[in-house]
Amino acid sequence: MNTLLIIAGKELREATRNRWVVATTLLMAALALTLSFLGSVPTGTVGVGPVEVTIVSLSSLTIFLLPLIALLLSFDAVVGEIDRGTMTLLLSYPVARWQLLLGKFLGHAAVIALATVVGYGAAGVALAMGDTAIGPDSWRAFASMIGSSVMLGAAFTALGYLASTIVRDRGTAAGIAVAVWLCFVLLYDMALLGILASGSGLGVETLNWLLLANPADAYRLFNLTGFKGVSSFAGTAGLATHVQLSVPLLLAVMAGWIAAPLALAAALFSRKQI
Amino acid sequence: MTDFTAEVQGVTKRYGETAAVRGVDLTLAPGECVAMVGHNGAGKSSLIKLMLGLTTPTEGRIRVLGGDPASAACSPIRRRIGFLPENVAFHPSMTGRETLDFYARLKGASRRDNDALFATVGLEPAAIKRRVSIYSKGMRQRLALAQALLGGPKLLFLDEPTTGLDPALRQSFYAIVAELRDRGTTILLCSHALTELEGQADRVVVMNRGRKVADGSLATLRSLAQLPVRIRLTLPAGGIDTLAGRVGEGAALTRLAGGVVELACANDDKVALVRRIACDGPAIKDIEIVQPSLDEMYAHFLRREAAE
Repeated sequence: MNTLLIIAGKELREATRNRWVVATTLLMAALALTLSFLGSVPTGTVGVGPVEVTIVSLSSLTIFLLPLIALLLSFDAVVGEIDRGTMTLLLSYPVARWQLLLGKFLGHAAVIALATVVGYGAAGVALAMGDTAIGPDSWRAFASMIGSSVMLGAAFTALGYLASTIVRDRGTAAGIAVAVWLCFVLLYDMALLGILASGSGLGVETLNWLLLANPADAYRLFNLTGFKGVSSFAGTAGLATHVQLSVPLLLAVMAGWIAAPLALAAALFSRKQI
Repeated sequence: MTDFTAEVQGVTKRYGETAAVRGVDLTLAPGECVAMVGHNGAGKSSLIKLMLGLTTPTEGRIRVLGGDPASAACSPIRRRIGFLPENVAFHPSMTGRETLDFYARLKGASRRDNDALFATVGLEPAAIKRRVSIYSKGMRQRLALAQALLGGPKLLFLDEPTTGLDPALRQSFYAIVAELRDRGTTILLCSHALTELEGQADRVVVMNRGRKVADGSLATLRSLAQLPVRIRLTLPAGGIDTLAGRVGEGAALTRLAGGVVELACANDDKVALVRRIACDGPAIKDIEIVQPSLDEMYAHFLRREAAE
């Protein structure tokens, strides 16, 4: 346990030094604040709370941005250390390989969590200081959005680790990271829409499974259909009644998307010739 | 149970089709400084990785500090091993102190000793506070050595420790190594720079294409190689012809630049030859006896290996 914390702490400190933490936090805060101010403009007559508007727009943006940040942060994690020669050194220390991988992952996940919580939290503070009264349900939805965003970031960090462990070359790892982002975030939904639009008679059951097969979609469903106030505004109320995926299931799937790539990466890493 | 710090028995390591290490036997005793020489790809680094437990041998057995370095319970062993890799680039945005602190915590060594370690390797207190990115090659290497010395290791692996260091730094580097050896640390040192190993290593191991081709003290290797000793004489003009008559059988005479003559003879004939020349030869201005260098012996063992 201690070893994990030492490695995670070092990773967090390096990211802080690299200004990764500062840059990501500022980016997230800037986007969140912009969206929350924009979102609070039209609410008066529509009758939807500013928090709900912010959640819809912010979670839609998060789907694109956070996986990209997570992959950029993590694709170098293993292959980069091997390249710099520090991997051989670290492995000659009393550290198990899985400890090294998990420790580094925890550090990177902490970077994502820090940036998300602080960045989006700033938007929450801005909303709280606004004129409109915000109910506890709205705040719960907002907190869930932040929490699930951290999970989304962690899932793509884990995928980045997998990419970093598979290959022997940094360039290839970067390429795989970009491909992962394109596939999961852009192409997957397009393909799914295409299939649905072509009227091939995809059953609800199949659609459910296909949505779960992508962490970004699980995140989207969780935030847009998980809370009543949000789903009625997001235009997903209809979808929510069709998609029979409960909140715990969605959370479990996202947790699985963190654990599975990481476990696979750890298994591959323990067999990797250094 | 043996008294050896490290024991390698009949170890072979294959990566797919290619064998990086083939049937190597090697023992390291406490307080011994062993130099391992060989080309790139001769299997030096592979052997070190095996002894560190980073990889496991395809065949054979390795015991380091009384245990298997690749086993799950190797942590106590690893705490007592120091390793200086061939190329290591510490994170550029961390300071020297932060870097060493991290490695000390990972090794479970007391961080209070770090200041003493910095002093040992000669990193100035002002430099410790600065980021590794501004470090010179020598400073980086000193930091890497400090890292290897954490926790007072019983066994130290140094892979090409002096590449890129200036001569003054090399000297201080070897001074540190000598001091450690005197305190009982076993040191395995890999190098291309054979000449600088002379006088540093108790034993030399020559590796070639994964095989150990020679193992012994410099003197042993010299007598094994039976390379000629060269005697260089500076003679006055006209002295060379007189000398040629005196040298006789068993020594080859070559003329070098600047009126210098070089005689090559077997090591056993050396004393007799010098006596012959000095007692009744021409007047000699200067005499120099050149023992075969490690470079020459290394080349010799590789030639022999190739011939077999």
